[in-house]
Amino acid sequence: MSNENVIQVNGLTKMFGDFTAVNAITFDVKKGEIFGFLGANGAGKTTAMKMLIGISKPTYGNAKVAGFDVFTNAEDIKKNIGYMSQKFALYDDLTVKENITFFGGIYGLSRSKIKEKSNALIADLGLENVANQLVGSLPLGWKQKISFSVALLHDPKIVFLDEPTGGVDPITRRQFWEMIYKAAHQGTTVFVTTHYMDEAEYCDRVSIMVDGKIEALDTPKKLKEQFKAANMNDVFLKLARG
Amino acid sequence: MSISVTNISKSYKSVQALQNISFDVKEGELFGLIGPDGAGKTTLFRILTTLLIANEGNATVAGYDVISEYKKIRKSVGYMPGKFSLYQDLTVEENLNFFATIFGTTINENYDLIKDIYVQIEPFKDRRAGKLSGGMKQKLALCCALIHKPKVLFLDEPTTGVDPVSRQEFWDMLKRLQQKGITILVSTPYMDEAGLCDRIALIQNGEILEIDTPDEIVKHYPKPIYNVRANNMYQLIKSLNAYKHKHSVYPFGEFVHYTDKRLDFNQRELTHYLESENLGEISISKTKPTIEDTFMELAK
Repeated sequence: MSNENVIQVNGLTKMFGDFTAVNAITFDVKKGEIFGFLGANGAGKTTAMKMLIGISKPTYGNAKVAGFDVFTNAEDIKKNIGYMSQKFALYDDLTVKENITFFGGIYGLSRSKIKEKSNALIADLGLENVANQLVGSLPLGWKQKISFSVALLHDPKIVFLDEPTGGVDPITRRQFWEMIYKAAHQGTTVFVTTHYMDEAEYCDRVSIMVDGKIEALDTPKKLKEQFKAANMNDVFLKLARG
Repeated sequence: MSISVTNISKSYKSVQALQNISFDVKEGELFGLIGPDGAGKTTLFRILTTLLIANEGNATVAGYDVISEYKKIRKSVGYMPGKFSLYQDLTVEENLNFFATIFGTTINENYDLIKDIYVQIEPFKDRRAGKLSGGMKQKLALCCALIHKPKVLFLDEPTTGVDPVSRQEFWDMLKRLQQKGITILVSTPYMDEAGLCDRIALIQNGEILEIDTPDEIVKHYPKPIYNVRANNMYQLIKSLNAYKHKHSVYPFGEFVHYTDKRLDFNQRELTHYLESENLGEISISKTKPTIEDTFMELAK
């Protein structure tokens, strides 16, 4: 992890009418850091994330993501980040190869680059035998691994993962985290939301949102000390229950 | 027995969804089906709630056969599917009224059973179900599943995608329902919820790996298990995986759970090895296995 900040957020606020969904949040994320973004359902995580990936305009405050301003350069942000969520990942009715080619095209990679990346991805994940099968026919765990690799296809500076591991078996979930560690080790910043509190412990730092505000932000170790808690689950319960 | 399942198998075209499943759930028991997506949990729920017919085997629920007495079962059970299936364009109160009417009862008749839960969503009783938050939808679905005072309650992944606070509240509600004499079969992909059940079945790829109380299942773990920590998690996992004596290596929170192939594991030797891999701040200590460790060992 270096000292370079790839996400800088200052007083970022989003209001819907008179409801404040995100209330003046401020934080930085470093290059190569695994940053856990936690909070109860409805705490404002998704709204905050939408602003950071350039698809929702903040009401107040400012933020720079991958060096670009969320107000003025939202399009540049989209080109420089990867995004994966459990809800939307890959096209079930395209094959593995077609999905890779499609997303490579969307991210503006050249044909030769797509071919090179596609071969490397298939070899890395050991997908040679299913490369021409429809994604819909594959087990969920495989889909998620492919989806993560596709989100990294264009070598983004930051990858945003929105509950990437829901419902996956525990072994696959760990293999998935090994992929996250590898990406971070190679300098990609990982911004991840999860409801698995053991996964919060895998993060370098964790922020916890309660009612639109960031109520805690530190390493898992320091948060546990601060809240005199045995694990991150206890930290979460103490904070979110108030 | 409240639920009795004997040699149930079910396949869809080329996919074997359930393979020779057998287990019993006692009256008043809180029984958990623990397994990931695709394990066959939903198929089993649909067979037991008479929405699907098994290829082989038989099952009874509340004493009734799932095939010949399916109508009686439908009156005696409550079912909360994994996918939200209430009417999105009816209000909270309308949904609840609708389900009460279908089952020939009224909200008032069994209000005691749902009161604890319903008061939490009552302020929104005129809101359409489709406009509720995830937590409120879940509470409404539970009320609708309970409104006819079922003997057996089937809950298919009620806590998936739900935050830890709401999950804990939900389990507290289940415990209270259990005290009122309702038998509960609940499925979850969260291994940490297994400990909250009286007994659990670990299920993967359509097969039951083990059935027992959570405490007993953990006791069956075959090897001593160690917490290993170092200053670089990524390197630590890589190095442990490359270690010639490793049996299993799984990250667990701030530690890696490590088991060794040998009977006489040498802690100092592993420390030296990790040091030679340029790792620092190494600590190794014995720890207790969890349900998740057991699941992974059985699923290996």
